[in-house]
Amino acid sequence: QNDGYRTLSLSGHVGFGSLPDQLVKKSIKQGFCFNILCIGETGSGKSTLINSLFNTNFDDPVSSHFLPSVQLRAQTYELQESDVLLKLTIVNTVGFGDQINKEESYQPIVDYIDAQFEAYLQEELKIKRSLFSYHDTRIHVCLYFISPTGHSLKTLDLLTMKSLDSKVNIIPIIGKADSISKTELQKFKNKIMSELVSNDVQIYQFPTDDETISKINTIMNGHLPFAVVGSTEEVRIGNKMVRARQYPWGIVQVENENHCDFIKLREMLICTNMEDLREQTHARHYELYRRCRLEEMGFRDIGPENKPVSLQEAYEAKRHEFYLELQRKEEEMRQQFVQKVREKEAILKEAEKQVHTKFEHRMLMLQEVKVKLEKNKKVLENEIAMFMEKKANAEVLQSQASVSTPLVSLKRDKDRK
Amino acid sequence: PHAGPVENKNEAAMSELVPEPRQKPVVPMKPMGINANLLGYIGIDTIIEQMRKKTMKTGFDFNIMVVGQSGLGKSTLVNTLFKSQVSRKSSGWNREEKIPKTVEIKAIGHVIEEGGVKMKLTVIDTPGFGDQINNENCWEPIEKYINEQYEKFLKEEVNIARKKRIPDTRVHCCLYFISPTGHSLRPLDLEFMKHLSKVVNIIPVIAKADTMTLEEKTEFKQRVRKELEVNGIEFYPQKEFDEDLEDKTENDKIRQESMPFAVVGSDKEYQVNGKRVLGRKTPWGIIEVENLTHCEFALLRDFVIRTHLQDLKEVTHNIHYETYRAKRLNDNGGLPPMTVETEENHESNL
Repeated sequence: QNDGYRTLSLSGHVGFGSLPDQLVKKSIKQGFCFNILCIGETGSGKSTLINSLFNTNFDDPVSSHFLPSVQLRAQTYELQESDVLLKLTIVNTVGFGDQINKEESYQPIVDYIDAQFEAYLQEELKIKRSLFSYHDTRIHVCLYFISPTGHSLKTLDLLTMKSLDSKVNIIPIIGKADSISKTELQKFKNKIMSELVSNDVQIYQFPTDDETISKINTIMNGHLPFAVVGSTEEVRIGNKMVRARQYPWGIVQVENENHCDFIKLREMLICTNMEDLREQTHARHYELYRRCRLEEMGFRDIGPENKPVSLQEAYEAKRHEFYLELQRKEEEMRQQFVQKVREKEAILKEAEKQVHTKFEHRMLMLQEVKVKLEKNKKVLENEIAMFMEKKANAEVLQSQASVSTPLVSLKRDKDRK
Repeated sequence: PHAGPVENKNEAAMSELVPEPRQKPVVPMKPMGINANLLGYIGIDTIIEQMRKKTMKTGFDFNIMVVGQSGLGKSTLVNTLFKSQVSRKSSGWNREEKIPKTVEIKAIGHVIEEGGVKMKLTVIDTPGFGDQINNENCWEPIEKYINEQYEKFLKEEVNIARKKRIPDTRVHCCLYFISPTGHSLRPLDLEFMKHLSKVVNIIPVIAKADTMTLEEKTEFKQRVRKELEVNGIEFYPQKEFDEDLEDKTENDKIRQESMPFAVVGSDKEYQVNGKRVLGRKTPWGIIEVENLTHCEFALLRDFVIRTHLQDLKEVTHNIHYETYRAKRLNDNGGLPPMTVETEENHESNL
C-alpha cells in the first residue's frame, strides 16, 4: 500500500497526533447536516417517532387522507447539543399510500432524491463553486415505515423500496409496533427480512469493519426491521416522567427495551452510525448518480479507441459540436430570411406594375374625356355665336320695322282713302 | 431576426450544453431553519467521535515544499521538524553532489505515525533555486510543479468513475528560506514570493538565525515584515481568509509579531542541564533548538504542525485549488490541455 513511501520512525514527539482534533474543531465550526426522509402511509406514526427520536416537538401539522398525489414536505431545524450544531432536515411523504390508484406513489419520492443529487452535482460542476459552504440537502437515510399488519410486506412497500435501494440508505421500521404481540412480532420480522432478501432489496447494513462497533452493529443488523413506538405524551412511572402510551391494560414505555426497539434505533441512527450514513450517501449513492448522469450527458472516460479521454477533452468536443450546431441554425435562419425577403419583393413589384398599368389607363381615359369636352365646348360656342347673330339680326329687323311701319300705315291709309 | 450565440459562453456549466434527455426534476425550495430546543440528551455530539475515528482510519496526506538557496539549512530544518530523516539529503544522496544547473523538483514520500494517526508526508525539495549566476525566472519550474499537482487533482476529480479518495499531491505549505543578511529582503526573495503567494501558502522563514543577536533579529524581522507588506505579498495565514474574530485575533498576533520565524535546525543531541536536547554546539555555548529564548523553531513547529496543519490543507483545497480550477475551466479551449509530467521526470527515492 505504501507504494514508494518509506516508513520512518520518529525520534521524538512531533505533534501531528493532534490532526484529528484540528479537523474536528473545524467541522464543529462549520456545523453538520443530516437529512432524514420518512416514507410511510398517513397515520403510520412518522411525525410522532421523529419527535420522540429527537426529544422535541417539531410541530408538524397533521395531514388528511384525501390528497390527490404524493407530495414531499421538508423542514429544517437547527439543534445544538454541547458544542455540536446540527442542521437537521426532516422530509415527510404526505399522502403516501392513500390514493386508490397507487401507481404514481413512489415516483415523486425518487424524483425528490434525484433532485437533491442533481443540485449537488450542479454545484460541483460550476466553474465558480463554493462546496465548503454548500447546504447539503442530499438524503442521508430513509426510514421506511412498514404497517404493523403482522403478515408481510405490501406490494407498494416492495416496489418503493426496490426503486430507492440504489439511491439512498434504507432502514425499514415497523411503526406503531405496540399493536403486535411479541410472538407475532418475531415471525413478522423474519417474514419481512426474507421477503426483502428474495426480492433483492438492498437495505442499509450497519458497518462491521471497525472492531469497536462491529460487534454491536452485527447484533443490531439481526434486529432489523426495528419495531418502534413513538409518543408525544409523558406518563409518570415511579418518580420519573417518561415518554409512553397509556392504555387501560398497561403502559407502553417508548424507551424500555423490552417494550420496543426505539432505543436500538436511536443508538444506531444517531450515536453510532450517523457519520457512516453520511459517508455512504456521498461516496456510494451520489457517485453512482453522478456517473449515470454524466454518461447520460454523453461524457465518457474511455474514448472510441479505448484510450482514456479526459473530461476536459470531451467537454471541449461537446462545446465545439454545440457551437457548430448553433452556427448551422444561424445559417438556416439567415437563408429563410433572405428567401422571405425575395418573395415579398416579388409581390411588391407585381403590385407596382399593376398600379402603373391602371394609372396609364386612367390617363388615357382622361385624355378622351378632355377631347370630348373640347368638342362640346366648341359646339356650344358655335351655338352661342349663332344665337348672338340671330339676336343681333332680330334687333336690327325690329328697329327697321319700327321705322318702316309708319310708311306701311300711310300706304294703308292712302288706300283706304 | 438574428440568433446570437450563448451570452456568457465562459460561464456555461457542462450540463447546459446538452439538451435534457428527460425532464429535469424540480428542486424543492431550500427549507427554512427553525430553532428547536432539546428536552433531553440525544447523542448528536457523538458525531465528533465518529468523525475522529473515521479520519484516523483513513489517515492524512501532507505535502510540504522547501525553497531557498543552497546552504541555508533547509534539509536540516525539515529533519528537525519531523524528528526523522525526511529530507532528500538523508535519503541516500551524496553531500558533495554538484549544484544542478537548473531548478529541479525532487519529492520524497514518507509514512510516519504518532498517537495512532498515520501521516503520508511528502517533502518537496528545490535544489538549484537561486544558485545560478542568472536567476531570472527560476521560480517558474516551481510554479509549474505546483500547477501540475492541481491539474492532476482536477483530472481525477472530473473523471466519471472516480476513486474513493483522490490522491492529494498538492503542495499544502511552502517554506521560503530567507538569508539572514540582517539588512533586507533580496530582489529574488520578493519576486518569488510575489509570484507564488497567489498559488500556494507561503511561510517565510529566516534561516540560520543563530548568526544574529536578539536586537538584530527583531530589527530584521520588522524590516522584512514591512517590505512584504509594501510589496503586497500575502503570506500564510492570509488576512482575507480569517473566518471569524477568534481566528483574526490569533492570526494577527502571529502575523504581526512572530512571523517570519527565525529558526535554527539540528539533528544532533547534546546534554544540557541533565537533559538531552537538540542543538548546535559552538565554542561559546550550545544553541538549543527547542528553547524559545534561543530561536523560534518551537513556534514554527507548533504553528505548522500542531495548530494549523489542517487549516493549511483546507486553504489549499478550498481557495488555491478552486482558483486554479475556475481559471482552467474558463479557458475556452484555445489552449491544448496541459500535459502532466510523467513519472520519469520526477525522481522519487525508494
